[in-house]
Amino acid sequence: MTSRIRGITRRHGLLLGAAVLGAGLSFSATAGATEELNALVWCDHTDPALIAPFEEAHGVKVNLKEYEGTGAALAIVEQSRPGDWDVFVIDGVDVPRVVEAGLLAELPADQLPLNDIFDQVQMTDVTHKDGKMYAIMEKFGYNVISYDKSKVDPADMRDLTSLWSDKYKGRIAVYDYYIPLMDLVALKMGMKPDDITADKLPAMKEELFKLKENSVMVGEVVSSTTALATGEADILIGGGEWAVAVMQAENPNLDWVLPDQGGILWSQSLAVFKDSEKKDLALKFVQYIMSPEGQARLATSSCFWGMPANKKAGAALSDAQKAALRWDEQEAFLAKSYRYFIPDAELDAEMLDVWTEFLQH
Amino acid sequence: MSPSTPRQSSTRARAWGFLLPALLWTGAFFLAPLVIMALYSLWQRVGTRLVTEFTLVNYHDFFAKSFLLKSLLNSIEVTLIVTLVSVLLAYPLAWILAERVPRRWQRLALILAILPFWTSYVVRSYSWLLVLSEGGILSNLLLDLGITAEPVSFANNRGATVVGFVHFFVMLLTLTIYANLVQLSPSYRKAAADLGAGPLRSFWHVTLPLTLPGIMVGAFLTFVLCIGDYITPQILGGNRELLLPQTIMLQIARRSDFPMASALAMVLMAVVSLVYLACARWLKIDRV
Repeated sequence: MTSRIRGITRRHGLLLGAAVLGAGLSFSATAGATEELNALVWCDHTDPALIAPFEEAHGVKVNLKEYEGTGAALAIVEQSRPGDWDVFVIDGVDVPRVVEAGLLAELPADQLPLNDIFDQVQMTDVTHKDGKMYAIMEKFGYNVISYDKSKVDPADMRDLTSLWSDKYKGRIAVYDYYIPLMDLVALKMGMKPDDITADKLPAMKEELFKLKENSVMVGEVVSSTTALATGEADILIGGGEWAVAVMQAENPNLDWVLPDQGGILWSQSLAVFKDSEKKDLALKFVQYIMSPEGQARLATSSCFWGMPANKKAGAALSDAQKAALRWDEQEAFLAKSYRYFIPDAELDAEMLDVWTEFLQH
Repeated sequence: MSPSTPRQSSTRARAWGFLLPALLWTGAFFLAPLVIMALYSLWQRVGTRLVTEFTLVNYHDFFAKSFLLKSLLNSIEVTLIVTLVSVLLAYPLAWILAERVPRRWQRLALILAILPFWTSYVVRSYSWLLVLSEGGILSNLLLDLGITAEPVSFANNRGATVVGFVHFFVMLLTLTIYANLVQLSPSYRKAAADLGAGPLRSFWHVTLPLTLPGIMVGAFLTFVLCIGDYITPQILGGNRELLLPQTIMLQIARRSDFPMASALAMVLMAVVSLVYLACARWLKIDRV
């Protein structure tokens, strides 16, 4: 009995070994046949509708690793071997520190559609260093006000101060990111985001406390947009096209606007890693994403929408898509927008303390 | 002290051999990370730099800044409420399963009870959000029954966090208490009845004391899992207040301040260790 069991086990073991070896060989053969590109991205790049056309056109496989927060991405890079990653989607404001860390390769400006990019989102002070280009802005949008127009007066939404009034008490969700939200508070107080200094923080804290009293919740992307979608909140401060455009097909009452005091401009950029061994393919990927078709697909990604940096993407977007993005108002919106305030480390720590106190209030 | 025989040495070597994988595992995945975390907590993030000189500044800041200390107090409060409510709900449920459900149905009843937990923890938390939020199932039910005239929200507050936690931990506690109850010999209750004790008195003086170890083990597990949980308060609490794990995440996600986050995590570890010591002392674990 024992020997029979042993015999079966040995035979099965041999078969299993052969199967594993065969699978390994076939995997190696497949891997060898298909070139692969490894990209660290935001969730909007994981939409198959965006990636599949590039893979088919070039006969390659794009491996996507989604991350949240530049800190998390840098931790991934740190734990990887040089050359593991080829393409990097990164928050516009964080490009300088990544360039400073020596992680990015120079991009050939003459091979990218820089002239087609909205002037206000060129941000060459961020993407360039010592005359060399290291990243290109691919998508942008606003941290402003999203709302349900069946429940609030849309005219009120153009005035930030209305969110501090009793009229909307208990109807507001707050996006949980201290930099754009404190920038918006600064605008409400009649300052520019760059005017924020340590001595202004006590007054800003009072404003935040008042906002908290009017709010029903403070949440990150999913929680805050869920609050708006379920009717838990009628207004999302810090929201924008990214918070409502995907849901507008189901709920056309969801809308967004840039208030008269101004809005906060967010941006994301695309770069190639310095240690990439597939820089040519990586560049082709960047060129595809920056093409009008790639830009239109990125702008309307199933994860979140945002304005394409390339103006020519408008030709590839439908009227309904452009309406959701408020395409025709972009010039005016951009003129009234401020980029994320980047405090120095000391002020940053103080601002986070104020924000933590606001959450705890 | 007599020298050990070759047989004893061989037995000892074999015992160490069996222990080695567990020791390596514990060393690599518990002790080493803990030591690293303790070291980090004594370092400091200054600007964007990590200063590796030993300092207690992170611990000082934790106790000096009331909004940080409050997150620990909030965590303890919420955890105690969750543990208490879960025990109060789980005990009757476990008792019904062990005493009133026929033996052949007990396994099926247990499987049915834990079936919802085969879904993702995050999805379950978001599901609760849909139940508790304004326009959600609970609000609509109250409207339909005429109990409320306007939609009501039960989400985004401490109550919602407690509900989300209790939903999970009642089952955990039910299983530990049930395991304790079914092992209890009926002879104890029969003896109590023979001595004239009614069902209530028998329960109070015999069954309950004998199942206290099960309650304590379940309550401790609930405490540990609850006080360290980030997802439930983040999804259901609406950031109306911060619990300690949320404050830890805030330090990491927003400022990459790993030293401060490590200090907060060490405080959390200290609280859990104190509770463990109290439980171990009460249960006299060293005598088991």
